[in-house]
Amino acid sequence: MTTSPSEHGAPPGSTGDDPPCDLAVVGAGPAGLAAAVTAAGLGLNVMLLDAGERPGGQYYRHPAPGLRAARPQALHHHWHVFARLERRLRAHTTTGRLRHLPGHHVWTVLPEQPAETRQSAPAPAPVWRLHAVADEGPGAGSEDGGESPVTVRAHTVLLATGAYERQLPFPGWTLPGVVGAGGAQAMLKSGLVLPGRRTVVAGSGPLLLAVAAALAAAGGTVPAVVEAADYPSYAHRPAALLRNPGKLAEGAAHGATLLRHGVRLLTRHAVTAAHGTARVQAVTVERLDRDWRPLPGSARRIPCDALATGHGLVPQLELATALGCATLRTADGTPALDLDGEQRTSVPGVWSAGETGGIGGAELALAEGELAAYSVARALRGTRLPPRAAVLRGRRDRLRAFGEAMATVHRPGVGWTAWLDDATHVCRCEEVPAGAIREAAGELGARDARTVKLLTRAGMGWCQGRMCGPAVACLAGAEPAPDRRPLSCPVPLGHLAALPGAGPPAQAPPPPQPPAPADR
Amino acid sequence: MPTGNPRGPLDAVIVGAGVVGAACAHYASRAGLAVAVVDRGSVAGGTTGAGEGNLLVSDKEAGPELDLALLSTRLWRELADDLPPEAEYEPKGGLVVAPDETALGALRDFAAAQRKAGVETHEVPSHALHDLEPHLAPGLAGGFHYPQDAQVQPARAAAQLLASARRSGAVVHLGEEVTGFLAHPDGTLRGVRTPHRELHAPAVVNATGTWAGDLARLAGTHLPVHPRRGFVLVTEPLPRVVRHKVYAADYISDVASGSADLQSSAVVEGTPAGPVLIGATRERVGFDRTLSAEALRRLAHQAAALFPVLAGVRAIRTYHGFRPYLPDHLPAIGPDPRVPGLFHACGHEGAGIGLAPATGLLTAAVLTGDQPALDLRPFRPERFDQAGAAQ
Repeated sequence: MTTSPSEHGAPPGSTGDDPPCDLAVVGAGPAGLAAAVTAAGLGLNVMLLDAGERPGGQYYRHPAPGLRAARPQALHHHWHVFARLERRLRAHTTTGRLRHLPGHHVWTVLPEQPAETRQSAPAPAPVWRLHAVADEGPGAGSEDGGESPVTVRAHTVLLATGAYERQLPFPGWTLPGVVGAGGAQAMLKSGLVLPGRRTVVAGSGPLLLAVAAALAAAGGTVPAVVEAADYPSYAHRPAALLRNPGKLAEGAAHGATLLRHGVRLLTRHAVTAAHGTARVQAVTVERLDRDWRPLPGSARRIPCDALATGHGLVPQLELATALGCATLRTADGTPALDLDGEQRTSVPGVWSAGETGGIGGAELALAEGELAAYSVARALRGTRLPPRAAVLRGRRDRLRAFGEAMATVHRPGVGWTAWLDDATHVCRCEEVPAGAIREAAGELGARDARTVKLLTRAGMGWCQGRMCGPAVACLAGAEPAPDRRPLSCPVPLGHLAALPGAGPPAQAPPPPQPPAPADR
Repeated sequence: MPTGNPRGPLDAVIVGAGVVGAACAHYASRAGLAVAVVDRGSVAGGTTGAGEGNLLVSDKEAGPELDLALLSTRLWRELADDLPPEAEYEPKGGLVVAPDETALGALRDFAAAQRKAGVETHEVPSHALHDLEPHLAPGLAGGFHYPQDAQVQPARAAAQLLASARRSGAVVHLGEEVTGFLAHPDGTLRGVRTPHRELHAPAVVNATGTWAGDLARLAGTHLPVHPRRGFVLVTEPLPRVVRHKVYAADYISDVASGSADLQSSAVVEGTPAGPVLIGATRERVGFDRTLSAEALRRLAHQAAALFPVLAGVRAIRTYHGFRPYLPDHLPAIGPDPRVPGLFHACGHEGAGIGLAPATGLLTAAVLTGDQPALDLRPFRPERFDQAGAAQ
């Protein structure tokens, strides 16, 4: 059974039979970009795979070309840093040392040799296969709706898969007009549109201030920023703050913008309900105790036509966990990758940089990406780490400490589930209400998010629990487990059927055949 | 979590809250026994939660396992009336297809023997296959329809069976691992120990599935249960494109194979929630949790060969489980003569969801001292010792 029924020929981007490149980087955000251009500059042959159409990731976003935005930098800090990275990307692409594959969704990374043979022999240099679904340009007209299978082979892998936004649900959070805080920022950066005229910004984490400042600067009204944590608690961690004057200045700049626009900052408060019929028209804001439990009698209504909400970021780990990379728990209870002083994961040949090691921001991601590239070059070429590596390490340690301090302050309190009524949908894809999850975790005997999922379908839908996972884990009374999504994005069955068979990559597949009487 | 009320001393402790343990608890409590269920994790936290929910008679050759499956088929139908609809019992029927005349001939002989044993089945000629499954690939030689094949959502079914047991008085301790056995001086068991308590009972039922060999060892005896890994692919939600459980005839030989190598023949079926399930591969690689591209390739290839329309459909998830494999593909059910007080209800390989009710009913009969509905000799837990001694 080594035949395959695929009718799809190898597309131009498919490199399943090509010799492996030195380094494959997954993700072209700050960490991945920095790593890719640094590695290419060190003479490595690099492939940069990214789900997005343009480099920059979630952080550096380009206004859509049709908008003819004259000054994208107005919405970004450090746009010049990105502009420089992009120039280097173009230069290395021209020389052919770096190949940028945009619109490539990597769904798994696997070692080329099956596990059994790996154990017996003295390990040869590992070769990794990165399997991706590639978007085809408009009009490509393939049967799978414009997607083709691509396999990239590489000697080393760097996972710079970033993070996604944590959402804690509340009654009314599925109303039109309620958007993710990160989503609101993305709308502003890439579409130059505001989510509404009067946008309440709520949740927890430093992103809220940035989002509110950007909305206000772009002409929107922000009636309030509602932060569940207590900012004065930053004062309990002065060391990490004082060693990061740049971060403080960033926060102060947002604060100044908010002051200038008369935006109220309510700390230790939460939006506990959104109201409206066709669209959000108002939100209920309540004061919280230390555990984020609403205080009785503190509720008030704030009229608005949009709500941007988010409760911090969660590292996106499924490619790494599928490879068996070790994880640890960060200060806010979220799993992140356990990385060493050179950004190496616990799996030899696999590095990671940026938010996957714990949420820390773009500046940290840039430092880690660059550091990882030096380490990869050292592993492949035996070169020494340059003196700059020590500088990067220092920067990384300082910014990591800051990230940990922020995570401690913004860690969701256990009492947040008190603002959910039983009818609130927790899983939006499968429309599973909180009551069903409570029943599963109570009388039906589920003790973790996985069993809750099996009993209720929460997390079984299109987003595979990215949206509801942290909330479901809380309701099940468990700490969130590291992501396990062996397929990190949907993959057409035709692509799976066309995978190279066991052993060396398969040649051009023959036409479909009925099932053969095999395996006897 | 809330638990039931013990009515005085326990009659049995059931270790394992998978579908088999839950069924044992359901039938034992219904028979009036006071039981406790202990599991180190959640309900359905092991292989049950990774199952497809196949209730198949079609894949079993005439013999003791088929008898067990036929009894279970009847019991599942009763349970469907008793349990809440959340168990998603669906008597959808199975369709086994043959690619050519040779395979069809073999299938015909297989079905004839099954019919003698009480299975309902009839041949579907090539031209009529599309009346049953409109999207099936053209060019198949024919097939057999098995109306008794059915499906449940396994985790929900297990949870509902356990909830039903609790309503009859069973006590449930989840998140507690059995760390030791309590025994009388003569070696007869008198209960189990967990980090939180001692549970005293004259009978302990080993319903720990793939981990049953470990529990047997803890009790001082031997049961050669090994993990046999399976991958399942789940597609995006679709309108009903697959109506039955559909698989190619070679699935039957894969199930019966003792080889450790990767076997695969996709069973394709729709679910009430919309996704199509494609499963499953069989290979003995220990508890290896890494993704196998080869397993996914074969499942996708075979599913698309049966239903060409699926080639353009997306898989949104894959998962794996470890079936409790015993060398002769039969479960161990009944008392263990080597350790008085120990009973086994485990080793069902890939058929545990289907065979759970019969296993529960038989176990309850053994515990109450009633005559079991089936001859238990083929399932004796100590049979592997004798096989070893005879060699």
